[in-house]
Amino acid sequence: MLIQSKEPVTMTAQTTQHLKKPAGLNAAIYRRAIADSLTKLNPKSMLRNPVMFVVEVGSVLTTALWIQAIFGKGEAAPWYIGSISLWLWFTVIFANFSETMAEGRGKAQAEALRRARQDTRAKLLHDPRRGAEFEIVSSTELREGNYFLVDAGEIIAADGEVVEGIASVDESAITGESAPVIRESGGDRSAVTGGTKVLSDWLVIRVTAEPGGGFLDRMIKLIEGAKRQKTPNEIALNILLAAFTIIFLSVCVTLLPFSLFAVSTAGQGMPITVTVLVALLVCLIPTTIGGLLSAIGIAGMDRMIRHNVIATSGRAIEAAGDVDVLLLDKTGTITLGNRMATEFTPAPGISRERLADAAQLASLADETPEGRSIVILAKEKYGLRGREIHEIAAQFVPFSAQTRMSGADIQPDGMNGKRIIRKGATDAIKAFIEQQGGIFPTAVLQSVQEISRVGATPLVVAENRDVLGVIHLKDIVKGGIKERFAHLRKMGIKTVMITGDNPSTATAIAAEAGVDDFLAEAKPEDKLKLIREYQRGGRLVAMTGDGTNDAPALAQADVAVAMNTGTQSAREAANMIDLDSNPTKLMEIVEIGKQLLMTRGTLTTFSIANDVAKYFAIIPAAFATTYPALNALNIMKLATPESAILSAVIFNALIIIMLIPLALKGVKYKPVSAVHLLRKHLLIYGVGGIIAPFIGIKLVDLILVALHWV
Amino acid sequence: MTFNGIAQIGIYLAALLILAKPLGIFMARVYQREPTFLDPIVGPIERLIYRLGKVNPDQEMDWKDNAAAMLLFNFAGLVLVYALQRFQQFLPLNPQGFGSVSPDSSFSTAVSFATNTNWQGYSGETTMTYLTQMMGMTVQNFLSAATGMAVLTLFIRGIARHSAKTLGNFWVDMTRSTLYILLPLSIILALVTVEQGVVQNFSSYVSASLLQPTNDTANTKVTEQVIATGPVASQLAIKHLGTNGGGFFNANASHPYESPTPLTDFLLTLAETIIALGLCHTFGKMVRDGRQGWALSAAMMIILTAAIMLAYYAESAGNPKLQALGIDQHTTSMNPGGNMEGKEVRFGIAKSALFATVTTATSCGAVNSMHDSFTPLGGMVPLVMMHLGEVALGGVGSGLYGMLVFVIVAVFVAGLLVGRTPEYLGHKIETYDMKMAALLILIMPMAVLAFTAIAVATDVGKAAIANPGPHGFSEILYIFTSQANNNGSAFAGVSVNTPFYNIMGGLAMLIGRYWLAVPTLALAGSLVGKKLVPPSEGTLPTHVPLFIFWLIAVILIVGALNFIPALALGPIVEHFMMVQ
Repeated sequence: MLIQSKEPVTMTAQTTQHLKKPAGLNAAIYRRAIADSLTKLNPKSMLRNPVMFVVEVGSVLTTALWIQAIFGKGEAAPWYIGSISLWLWFTVIFANFSETMAEGRGKAQAEALRRARQDTRAKLLHDPRRGAEFEIVSSTELREGNYFLVDAGEIIAADGEVVEGIASVDESAITGESAPVIRESGGDRSAVTGGTKVLSDWLVIRVTAEPGGGFLDRMIKLIEGAKRQKTPNEIALNILLAAFTIIFLSVCVTLLPFSLFAVSTAGQGMPITVTVLVALLVCLIPTTIGGLLSAIGIAGMDRMIRHNVIATSGRAIEAAGDVDVLLLDKTGTITLGNRMATEFTPAPGISRERLADAAQLASLADETPEGRSIVILAKEKYGLRGREIHEIAAQFVPFSAQTRMSGADIQPDGMNGKRIIRKGATDAIKAFIEQQGGIFPTAVLQSVQEISRVGATPLVVAENRDVLGVIHLKDIVKGGIKERFAHLRKMGIKTVMITGDNPSTATAIAAEAGVDDFLAEAKPEDKLKLIREYQRGGRLVAMTGDGTNDAPALAQADVAVAMNTGTQSAREAANMIDLDSNPTKLMEIVEIGKQLLMTRGTLTTFSIANDVAKYFAIIPAAFATTYPALNALNIMKLATPESAILSAVIFNALIIIMLIPLALKGVKYKPVSAVHLLRKHLLIYGVGGIIAPFIGIKLVDLILVALHWV
Repeated sequence: MTFNGIAQIGIYLAALLILAKPLGIFMARVYQREPTFLDPIVGPIERLIYRLGKVNPDQEMDWKDNAAAMLLFNFAGLVLVYALQRFQQFLPLNPQGFGSVSPDSSFSTAVSFATNTNWQGYSGETTMTYLTQMMGMTVQNFLSAATGMAVLTLFIRGIARHSAKTLGNFWVDMTRSTLYILLPLSIILALVTVEQGVVQNFSSYVSASLLQPTNDTANTKVTEQVIATGPVASQLAIKHLGTNGGGFFNANASHPYESPTPLTDFLLTLAETIIALGLCHTFGKMVRDGRQGWALSAAMMIILTAAIMLAYYAESAGNPKLQALGIDQHTTSMNPGGNMEGKEVRFGIAKSALFATVTTATSCGAVNSMHDSFTPLGGMVPLVMMHLGEVALGGVGSGLYGMLVFVIVAVFVAGLLVGRTPEYLGHKIETYDMKMAALLILIMPMAVLAFTAIAVATDVGKAAIANPGPHGFSEILYIFTSQANNNGSAFAGVSVNTPFYNIMGGLAMLIGRYWLAVPTLALAGSLVGKKLVPPSEGTLPTHVPLFIFWLIAVILIVGALNFIPALALGPIVEHFMMVQ
């Protein structure tokens, strides 16, 4: 079966509007972020982040030293210890602020969702059918396996599966899409979400989620970050950062005995103060990345949400960045949702008009987009007006899996001759003709092959025992898709087109769209097999799906995006849900995953590279009284030892604030080769990370001097 | 700096580059148990050893069994060397009649030779009998080097293999390292050095009358000199080839019987580095991608060359304070110029700077000049080479496995920078691997800094320092840097044969060797089990110049950042005080 996009792709632009917040953040989010960043100073919550926890301990320590200095027995002037202590506190608060800012956006969205999940009444059925007795209960009393009835105008009380009925449902609360969708029992449209509203008709629904565990609840939790767990890559990075922190901790702790020894052996000066040691430690440990790490992760999730994709875990987003193979359904992803009739090729001796007329008659009752396009083509090209079905005495034969044909049987008034018109795949029509003793003309067979070869689908039309000709049904490859695949190739991602078409048609479309490979005449189990095969070779596979028969493949894929219009089982098997149900979204998901890793990498590099300049600022200042000769290292010409150390600490705190926008927006991703990307990022964040603090610290120093603060 | 000096350095580097590759390929054949031209001679001995040791050479082991074998074997060696020193007075080959060595010194020396450090708190010619030198020192020189090479080979297999459990057999890799690589090379080198004048005998020391009598410190007249001899050549060759560095004589490779001519100096310098650099190509061969070997060797050689040139520059520049006193430090045909204090006239500045850099770049630690007498910057070069973790080129085996840990850290950050879960040669670098890598880069700096801090904070530690000021600090820093990196070279200037330094140093050496070797094997055990991730366009290639540059940057940043404050209080401030 082909996975068809239930939502026309062209609607993407409007549908993403709802959850996408305007770029400017409103004042309320700021206010709450500031308040939250203070409550996060609680050491218990700080422990989650070892780097910032060390800074907080340093802040407490210097505060104690400041209080001691006020009472006259301090190791340095109270204003000096106080200023350093203050900026250390700012460092912690700024880091917390970045996290709360990232969370703030999610919280605003979660609140909008929570409004949809009000406590509703439900008609709990004693028997799973419409006429059965029911009692009114609260939605919180519904348990998995219960059945309830929803009538027009009522809110669906819980997530579930339609077991009876068909209704139009307003799902704008979750998708932002205002046009109602059809939900019916059986098939791929049976899943309903609690909080959505039935507009017409009625549904009998079996509950599939316990209270609080529904889709909307899960979404709210995910967005709020309540269940946010550190991803594997984030943990690995945290280990590296912790190692750096431990190393620098031992550097600073041992510096005290080193300094005492230096004072005794040089016979002059004062040993390094604890305040300066703490300042040095905070400047050296990777506070920039340590402070922003959590915000980067939350922002990655948030970017997904703004693309209307709900990831069930941060792990999935990370995996998206590593995807090697994209399995893309042809229909809806590579080609526009529907094939269009573009031409009629008559059989020898048959007029084009006759073929068009028969084709139109056979398609009048065919509500598929292909059928409609045949009617339209006949009307536009040959002036054949679309006749109303009741005007002609016709009996329509719908498509069935057995005959693999559709058409019409027409018994014109007062005539004996019955017209049996059929359209269908070549072999089906061939069998139909031969069964009646007719002959399938070779010329038609040739045009069939010709059409297949160029990637179109031939549909043969026959009347009684005569073949009238062939309709071209052409797949329209989406504009710009070839360039996107070329980009993906540069990123090292292989694209595989999955199609139910025959191999020759598939070859032609694959060539036109520029995919690397294709799987023709694909059945769902073929897809599962293909995924397993790639995974055995060590590849990470991403796919989209919506049908129940996609669920096994979705569960197997490393990144599985379910369409929101899909079935409950598909949505459960996937690790991401696309509210827009747009299969092209997979490519954006990959980019977001890569952005997430890159943002971490660039800020780590920047953070460590910054240490070089900080050494040049702090080392000469720290030992100014013991070894004045070290002032040769003061290449920034910072005014005094105090201003040098204070400037380094202030720069270290301010850089966190300055990089919050980058952490939230993510590093811009361009699909170029890994070496190009590495060179670019090393130049900007590595070399830049060495140079920037020299300028920044000097500037802070100049300002401090100008303000007479030192 | 002179043309002659640069040419000597250039010839050394060229010879090293040319010889490393063929040796590396040969070593790969040895470790992959492919036929070699040595099989007819060595094969029977090898099989006999396996039969005696009841080792099935075809039975592979996982990382834990290999680590246990390595620890057990090294512990046995340690006990043997300790016992030899304690009981040498009862054993043969003791023409000088040396007594038992003190327990703390024996402990320090036993640990030192088992860990491939070869730190020497003692003077060989006045302490150790010939039997102790041969059965203890020389044997451990072979076995500790072979241990490093075996651990590396196990680690390489961890990278070369995928979805596997076993890394190979420690006993086999160790035996083959010794029989096929270390022994043949040592025999050749020993014979050449004997030809050049290195002694090899069991005689008692020789007395010679001084042409010009002199007075000793107690102002008594000295008319006679005792000249120490012994089985030097056999110990000398492996001391350099195995990056051990423990001299037969106290003066090590500056002693005329250990390195009589510029040619022996050249050969010993080459011997220190040839196996370490060759192993890069062994790696390339075993992972079936020669470019990876070239990349690692390029990164190592760039760091090494830069360090040699800096040391040579600093030593040639001399001391401006002496200039002020009217001492001519200009280089002329009659005057070597620069800083010649503590250097042998037969080697000169270029060879001394080269030797000092190479001996600390590898974990050799032999010396041909007194590092304590180098200019502050010239003396900082050996310190920094060790601070980098001795990864360029490093000890035999241990250098490359240390380098590969840096590669993993570099790959991890680079992977993030290009937006992909990091991978190295088809292995995804995950949380556990980062845990081990982080541990491996963490232990050495912590040990060096902590031990140095204890020494400068305690009276017993401070009492041993001879020089005041920042130089005294450099001396202490050098001791623990050398020991925790299993280098074994000494800055000197500190009386280290005291219980305090013997025991602290012994601990530093044990930590520096086994706390690194065991997590390294654990890392190998994790890598070997991973599924192969085939390279794609999005994979970051690890053989391109950009990656080599990045790797060097990571080594410098991780190595240098930890030690800048300590160096600022030692050589850096000393330098600024000198030029002021």
